[in-house]
Amino acid sequence: MAHGHSPSRSPHGEPHPLVGHLVPMWMLFAVGGALLALTAITVAVRYVDAGEFNMVIALGVAVIKATLVALFFMHLRWDRPFNLLTFVASTVFVLLLLAFALMDTGQYRHLQFEGNPPEVESTLQSQAPGAPVARFKPYAP
Amino acid sequence: MSSIPSTHAAGHDDHHGHGEHAKYPFLAHHFETPAHQFDSAKLGMWLFLATEVLFFGALFVAYAVLRVRFPEVFSYASHYLDTLMGGVNTCVLILSSLTMAMAVRFAQTDRTQAMLVCLVLTFMGAVGFMVIKYFEYSHKIHEHLVWGKTFYVPPEGELGQAERAELSKAPEPPPATLNPLDPAPAIVPTLAVLPAVEASAIKPASRGPVGLATPREQAQVERLPVPSEDPAFTKPALHLADPAMPANTHLFFAIYYCMTGLHGIHVLAGMVMLAWLIWRGARGHFSSKYFTPVDVGGLYWHIVDLVWIFLFPLFYLIH
Repeated sequence: MAHGHSPSRSPHGEPHPLVGHLVPMWMLFAVGGALLALTAITVAVRYVDAGEFNMVIALGVAVIKATLVALFFMHLRWDRPFNLLTFVASTVFVLLLLAFALMDTGQYRHLQFEGNPPEVESTLQSQAPGAPVARFKPYAP
Repeated sequence: MSSIPSTHAAGHDDHHGHGEHAKYPFLAHHFETPAHQFDSAKLGMWLFLATEVLFFGALFVAYAVLRVRFPEVFSYASHYLDTLMGGVNTCVLILSSLTMAMAVRFAQTDRTQAMLVCLVLTFMGAVGFMVIKYFEYSHKIHEHLVWGKTFYVPPEGELGQAERAELSKAPEPPPATLNPLDPAPAIVPTLAVLPAVEASAIKPASRGPVGLATPREQAQVERLPVPSEDPAFTKPALHLADPAMPANTHLFFAIYYCMTGLHGIHVLAGMVMLAWLIWRGARGHFSSKYFTPVDVGGLYWHIVDLVWIFLFPLFYLIH
C-alpha cells in the first residue's frame, strides 16, 4: 500500500500529511485545464451533425471528465482500492438498471404506438387546449 | 511511513495504542490511530456517495427511457435551453472543484490561510452556479417552459397558436374616426371592438379595454409598426406559436426540472457544508494532522460536479 512519498522525500520540504495522499499542485491544475478543454470540445461537437455519434462523443467526453475528477480530484488513484470498488460497483449497478430498462423498452416497442393513447390525449386536450394533438397510431419503425 | 498506513499497524507496534489519543486530541476513543479514523471516515463517505450515484442513476435511467420513447421531443426542446448559461455553469463547477481539491492540499500542508481562501472561492462558485441557475429557471418559468399543463398555457401577454387562429378569424373592425370632418382614419386602438375570444387561455385582462391590453396585442391587431427596442418583440418565437413543436414536449421539461432541481438541492447542501468547513477552518480546527472533514467534504463536492458533467451534455448539448 506504500504509494505515497516518505516524509524525507516530501517535495519542497512541505510538511507531509499524517494520512492521505498529497497531490502535486501542477497535477491539480493540469486536470482542471483538461476538464475545461474537454468542456469546450463537447460544446463544439453540439454544432456538428455527426448523426448517432453526437451522443457517443458527448457521453464519451463526459465519461473521460468523470474519470479525471474521480481519479485525481477525489484521490481514487492513490486511495484504498475498496473505495474505488464502492464507487465502481454503484456505477455498474446503475448501468445494469439502465441496460435492463432499455431492453424492456425495446421488447415492448412493437406494442407501442406513436402519439398518445386516446384516454391520455383526451385528458391532455381538456386540461391543456393548446397542446399539439398526438394521434394514436401503431408504431412503424 | 506509508501515505496510507495499515489500520492493523497498531497491533504490531507498541508505540501505537492509547498513547495515540494523548498525542492526537482529535482522535476519537473508538479509533486506534489517526489513519484508522481517516480511513473509516472516507469509507463512510464513499458508501454515501455510492447511494448518491444510485439516487441520480435512477433518474438517468428515467431520462434514457423517455429519450428512447420521445427522441423528437428531446432534440427539439433542447434548443430552448441556454447553452451559454449551461456552459458557464459547467466551467464554474469545474473551477470550484479545482479550488476544493486545492483546499484539501493546502489543509494537508498546514497552509490554513490558503485553504480558507480556496474554500471561500469554492463557496463563491456554488453561489455563482445557483445565481445562474436562478436566472435560467425564472426565465423559463416566465415563458411557461415548465412541466405539466402550464406548458400549454400561453404566458401573460402572449398568444398561442390556438389564440392566434381565433384572432385571425375575427372580422376586420371598422376604421374608427375621431373627427367626422377628417376623412383620414385616425390611428386609435381598436382591440376593444373585437369580439371576445372564447379561448380560456387568454387572461381576462388582455381581452379587456384597450388600456389593459399589452402593446404587442394592440400592435398585432392594428398592424402598427413595432418599436424594435421592445424586448417582447426581439425575443425568439414562443413555443406555443411554433407549429413544429412535437407532441408531449412538456415531458422534456419535467425530467429537466427533476434532474437539475435535485442537483441544485445538492449544490445548496454543498454550500451549507462549505460554510461549516470555513467556520471550522477559521477556528484553526484543521491541520496536516487532521483534515478529514475537508477531505470528505471535498469528495461530496466533486460528486456534485461529476453529476453535472453528465447533466450538461444530456440536456443542453443535443444536436
